[in-house]
Amino acid sequence: MLYREAGQFKASYEADQQIFPILQDRVGVLLLIGFFALVVPLFADQYWLKAILIPVLIFSLAAIGLNILTGYAGQLSLGSAAFMAVGAFGAYNFMLRIDGMPFLVAILLGGLCAAAVGVVFGLPSLRIKGFYLAVATLAAQFFIVWALVKIEWFSNYSSSGVITAQEIEILGFAFDGPVSKYLLTLFVVVVMALLAKNMVRSTTGRMWMAVRDMDVAAEVIGIRLMRTKLTAFAVSSFYCGVAGALYAYTYIGTVEPEGFNLDLSFKILFMIIIGGVGSIMGSFLGAAFIVLLPIALDVFVPMFLGDLVSSSFVSNLQLIVFGGLIVFFLIVEPHGLARLWQIGKEKLRLWPFPH
Amino acid sequence: MQFFFEVLIGGLLSGVLYALVALGFVLIFKASGVFNFAQGAMVFFAALTFVGFLEVLPGWTGLEAGGRAVFWLAFVLSLGAMVLLAIATERIVLRPLVNQPPITLFMATIGLTFLVEGIAQGIWGANVRGLNLGIKDEPIEYMMENFNILISSFDVFAAAVAAILVAALALFFQYTRIGRALRAVADDHQAALSIGIPLRHIWVIVWAVAGFVALVAGMIWGARNGVQFALTFTALKALPVLILGGFTSVPGAIVGGLIIGASEKLAEVYVGPFVGGGIESWFPYILALAFLLVRPEGLFGEKHIDRV
Repeated sequence: MLYREAGQFKASYEADQQIFPILQDRVGVLLLIGFFALVVPLFADQYWLKAILIPVLIFSLAAIGLNILTGYAGQLSLGSAAFMAVGAFGAYNFMLRIDGMPFLVAILLGGLCAAAVGVVFGLPSLRIKGFYLAVATLAAQFFIVWALVKIEWFSNYSSSGVITAQEIEILGFAFDGPVSKYLLTLFVVVVMALLAKNMVRSTTGRMWMAVRDMDVAAEVIGIRLMRTKLTAFAVSSFYCGVAGALYAYTYIGTVEPEGFNLDLSFKILFMIIIGGVGSIMGSFLGAAFIVLLPIALDVFVPMFLGDLVSSSFVSNLQLIVFGGLIVFFLIVEPHGLARLWQIGKEKLRLWPFPH
Repeated sequence: MQFFFEVLIGGLLSGVLYALVALGFVLIFKASGVFNFAQGAMVFFAALTFVGFLEVLPGWTGLEAGGRAVFWLAFVLSLGAMVLLAIATERIVLRPLVNQPPITLFMATIGLTFLVEGIAQGIWGANVRGLNLGIKDEPIEYMMENFNILISSFDVFAAAVAAILVAALALFFQYTRIGRALRAVADDHQAALSIGIPLRHIWVIVWAVAGFVALVAGMIWGARNGVQFALTFTALKALPVLILGGFTSVPGAIVGGLIIGASEKLAEVYVGPFVGGGIESWFPYILALAFLLVRPEGLFGEKHIDRV
């Protein structure tokens, strides 16, 4: 009853083509953004902002990036963390070497660096697919991290490639507190998420999906495989790169290449599996889930089991729970949390009179 | 030149170990079409279980610690654990996911990796353990005296074990009833089903055999570098071996392992110094990638034909 599109007539092409065609969605998204932009900063304390909200937002962006590549274009990648690293180090170098570099431009340029690297490592996808490609993306993962450690120019000759992000300043306003950093992250993530949402229903997005569903058939109906796959790699790496730059500048502050390891890549993959493969909203849900789960385990397991368990047990439990959940989701709900929301929406449509 | 041969032989012998891990992948991929990312975790699990039993068995049974009886008992018990793992995997992961796209199964085995690692460390603890198989890691004197080449006797032992294992598996596949059934399933699932081969049993068996291979690989790796979490990373090196050799070929796994092992050591020694060293971490992948561009199905892999 509350969530029903009955009576909403689309009288123009513009109305038919908007991102959120249903009024309730539009209002809902605006309310959500308003809540997170206006209400949350007033009430959330430092811990929530720094340890939960900012990482959730950043990982959502990275998950959107991987989702574009894996969920929409169907190319499995195990190297997303490396592209985040490229973005972080790219933005750092632009800030460092060009005087008066605006921050937002720097992270976009960092993203573009990641996109360029992504295209290079995407080239093999033209020849190979499936598992072979997944293994090939591991090459990106290991090579990029190695290059960032070994080529000292990237980290301005610091030891073992550690970089410390510069202060963020936009139009004279210094973003140094958690609240301002949170708002900045939120702004970038919301804008890019909306762009992604729009892109996946455009020609580009539909071409990705056609290639995902069957590349030979897609080629037959006139989709250029090379261009489609490479744009998917470029856009995906761009998103990961921007996420990496934000990771360095608004979240951690001091990063090293080794921080962007295979584990992080897997984490991002888990986010899209649990959140929903091929869904922008799923990326947010999955990121929130994966960031919150270890924190919840850390807090609640000792609370219930008390002194019975050691901290190493909790970290092993984390592995087990993560692994178990992945298997569970793949079996029970392969489309992830996003699908649950879909089902919920359909229920809401009829509620409270289901017949 | 001697130095070159030393590096080459050292690389080939470490390649044998990669081949052992890759063998487990190939077995499972052939029989069930599952790309088992968890093979590395299984190696770790097997090695840790074996070492764990070696530690606790003397206390439980009163057998002499470090003796032969304890060794074999631990081996049998670890093998049992691997069989249990195979049965559990088939029940919990594979059976509900029958007929899902292969990429889903692949992601499920990534989940399985975490699960197995967590369980292994949860049971046996996370500290690094040494493992002594009673084979000395010393240069062979005969080769030293006659050719002036340093070759560790342990490496030769590992290579011998690998050769025996491959021969045994080949015989098993060629001449036993189960082996024939396994080959039939690998060839064509549906045809195998229609002549009455129980697919589920076959999967359990093939996962158990892969578990056995993992146990052997884990024991040798563990004796080399200590039984520790890093084993799971070393096992990742088996992946370029696979794409080089082809997913479906046992000889491919062996040859691929040797090529990867030798080339990464040679590259590290001869190219590494010019670019700052440490290229072992990515060189195999780039090599395999470059190779794939020329031959997308690997050295011995079956050519994949798409139908529209």
